[in-house]
Amino acid sequence: MAGGQERILRGRIRSVQATKKITRAMELIAASRIVKAQQRVQAAVPYSEQITAVVRDLAAAGASRDTPFLAGRSEVKTTCYVAVTADRGLCGGYNTGVLRAVEGEVKADVLAGKNYIVVPVGRKAESYLRFRDYKLGEGFAGFSDSPAHADAIAIGQYVVDLFVSGAVDKVELVYTRFISAGSQEVVLRPLVPLDTEAVTAGGQEGVSADYEYEPDPTTILNHLLPRYVEARIYAALLNAAASEHAFRQRAMKSATDNAEELIKNLSRIMNRARQDSITTEIMEIVGGAEALSSGDKDETARLIELALEDNLTSGRI
Amino acid sequence: MAVGASLTIEIVSPERVLYSGEANQVITRTAGGGEIAFLAGHAPFLGSLVENHTRVYLVDGSVQDIAVHGGFVQVNGSTVTILSDNAELAAEIDITRAQRARERAEETLRQGHDAEAEAALRRAQARLTAAGHTGIAAH
Repeated sequence: MAGGQERILRGRIRSVQATKKITRAMELIAASRIVKAQQRVQAAVPYSEQITAVVRDLAAAGASRDTPFLAGRSEVKTTCYVAVTADRGLCGGYNTGVLRAVEGEVKADVLAGKNYIVVPVGRKAESYLRFRDYKLGEGFAGFSDSPAHADAIAIGQYVVDLFVSGAVDKVELVYTRFISAGSQEVVLRPLVPLDTEAVTAGGQEGVSADYEYEPDPTTILNHLLPRYVEARIYAALLNAAASEHAFRQRAMKSATDNAEELIKNLSRIMNRARQDSITTEIMEIVGGAEALSSGDKDETARLIELALEDNLTSGRI
Repeated sequence: MAVGASLTIEIVSPERVLYSGEANQVITRTAGGGEIAFLAGHAPFLGSLVENHTRVYLVDGSVQDIAVHGGFVQVNGSTVTILSDNAELAAEIDITRAQRARERAEETLRQGHDAEAEAALRRAQARLTAAGHTGIAAH
């Protein structure tokens, strides 16, 4: 009977409405977190600018450039990719963007006969890459929402160890850069060896040569470079967190809009179904009355009235 | 040197700018070099720091005590920048916790050499001196 269909539709509308409430809540939460994440990105800028300036001054002052951190290795056999993704889904193309970039790089390396290792940061990267049997290093997860500096230190120590031990000859960082709330991009940045051009660019040569050092420049540089790597990773994690929230906000906004559209369409169909079933019922009553019209006229009219009243009180018309 | 020249001091941790202000003098401790004081007009200087109690003599005459747990100091013109993974202003230091940490570290060290405990001891010491506690543990 038509009433059955109506009930199914009502159930569906209710479920879409419940989903809409959730997506709306997630959208609002993500929107409020973008602001906080953005502030954290800004707050981390002074440190990373200062530490870059110090590295630049040291390099300019003739601290030994022999350290593999700066010079790099003559032959790159193994590349390590640090893939920064989210711990959770429901954020549109955020994770896929990073993972696709990593997969592209890895495939190019394999074609060129080189080795690779991927360090997954965030649960999504780990499960995706493990399922596809990529060579993985240690995974880091559980902090993609709001990374702490300690998380960056853990990752930094791990990749620096990999590099120093000679297991990898190059470390690249793949993450989503936060440009503004409206635009983010997946970027691949060399982490170790340091991009000497980026480090030395913009430095006023000559001024830095007058520095006094305590202890000597090479020792300071050796202490400093791991800190620099950590600062870079930390900046990347913060950018990734801000991007994640921006992606999630957008994904949840379109999910909410979609739910609204769906509810509108479903209610239209449901109303039509209800109208149809009422029309059919009236037709049945009238038809029944017609069939009885050979008998008592007054009795028939009374029956129709009764049936209509019934419907009215139960709120069907 | 100009009379009344002051230094701009900034203590920057990876997460935020911890402290910034105008000072007459800054005293900190470098690795291997002992304590070092900076006045306005100091030659450009770059040093690596050990855990220490850094004192900032502000222009208004007060002293800001800060426990700096390693890092770097850069002096350029009239700006002193301390980059540190971990630093605490004296007001933020939890004295009882630092004392407990020191006792724990000393206990570990009595049983043998341990680099981590030594570092913990140095950190606790820096915290306690910055917070104005002398080296004698209160029992």
